[in-house]
Amino acid sequence: MERMNPRSRSDAYGSRINRSHSTVLATVIPYISILIASILPLIVIASALPIVPPLGFLMLIGWRLVRPGLLPVWAGFPLGLFDDLFSGQPLGSAALLWSLAMIAIEMVETRFPWRSFAQDWFTAGLILPVYLLAAMLFSGGEPSLPMLIALVPQIVLSILLFPLVALFVAFLDRKRLTRWRKLG
Amino acid sequence: MAPTGQRRSSYSRRAQYSLFTGYIAAGAGALVGAILLGLSLWQPQFLSGLRGEANDAVAPATRTVATGRTESKSLYESVRGYLRAGSQNAALKREMEIARIRLKEAAAVEQENRRLKSLLSLEDTDTAPVATARLIGATSASTRRFAYLGAGAADGVKVGMPVRSPRGVVGRILEVGDRSSRVLLLTDSESVLPVRRAQDEVVAFAEGRGDGLIRIRLINLGINPIEKGDLFVTSGAGGYYQPGIAVAIATEITDDGALARIVTDPAAADFVSVLPIFEPAALRGSRTPIERELGE
Repeated sequence: MERMNPRSRSDAYGSRINRSHSTVLATVIPYISILIASILPLIVIASALPIVPPLGFLMLIGWRLVRPGLLPVWAGFPLGLFDDLFSGQPLGSAALLWSLAMIAIEMVETRFPWRSFAQDWFTAGLILPVYLLAAMLFSGGEPSLPMLIALVPQIVLSILLFPLVALFVAFLDRKRLTRWRKLG
Repeated sequence: MAPTGQRRSSYSRRAQYSLFTGYIAAGAGALVGAILLGLSLWQPQFLSGLRGEANDAVAPATRTVATGRTESKSLYESVRGYLRAGSQNAALKREMEIARIRLKEAAAVEQENRRLKSLLSLEDTDTAPVATARLIGATSASTRRFAYLGAGAADGVKVGMPVRSPRGVVGRILEVGDRSSRVLLLTDSESVLPVRRAQDEVVAFAEGRGDGLIRIRLINLGINPIEKGDLFVTSGAGGYYQPGIAVAIATEITDDGALARIVTDPAAADFVSVLPIFEPAALRGSRTPIERELGE
């Protein structure tokens, strides 16, 4: 008898026999990953410059651009509010800016429904500097030229990090739909 | 990526309504965010308890990372120490000789100091720290320079207390949680600290610039007496900090003072200690509005 292809009963997310996706995991992973990314910059002790990219925001626009349709438009508000608790910005800064970013991306998407990754990177490259500059204005400190100059490395790093974040989001998006053994 | 087709309004009323509600919710979210932002810019202490609790919640994780960081650093340093042991030993011996002589001189000065102080009937106030803890985190993605300390109200830390490392001033406590607290670092753009030059009585303000440097602004304008390499220490004015703690070293001379680098990099500090407020009475005095003081 001919041997059967061992992969014939499985797809990209695992075997299909008696296994199915977990609804909870599929819903929760985008949010959890953004929340964790919001806390991560806390670990680095940066006393001189704001050097770490805003990882929470990067994850948010990563999920929004790489995997449209998953995060609702209003997701920026609750996630931003959580980020405000840890970012050192006055409360409400990220809640406002993340909401505005989500609305802005929504508008870009109605204009360009079919996009390549380069276009997404371009969108992120526009949104990130605007976000960081606005966050500086709303930081509660007196904005000054040295502060503006100190922001440049962070802006450059954030834009360069976006492709990596997009890759990571794509990886999480695949893992999100892993099939688990069903009981019964 | 391909559009998901969610936006295309269909014949389904439910789909149309949920899409519309999403837009309304997003707009409302932005609006509420703007209101919250306005409130917290107007009243910086707004909802600070919430922030304190959030940071207490993540403190165990960040504390573990901080411990790992400082310990790996000391391991690296001890390995490096072995590699340079011989030449360092000789240099240290020479330094030791000189230090011994200086120590004797210092003892003499101290003795004289004590005698003069007793003449003026001043008490020697050697303050014990309120708490000693690691810096467990910092707001490294924000323009503001805050650090988080692994000690809070439960350890007796209160708002306004100065934080120092063995080298010098780190900052001041801004918000207190139960087990963690937020420190305003010297480099923050809102930090102002009264200082004086270590060797004489040239008084100035040390203001953070937000880019890692400190701006020294002289109080008495005139000929700028500062030179490169001058050390600035706290003057004790204002009532928060004990006098004589190292703050910054001038690196560049400007019209009204200098640009300086901080003496203590919080990232390099292992443990920091929280000191009690130097002169609470002076602080209360400075907070009382002048109108009320005159009125009563």
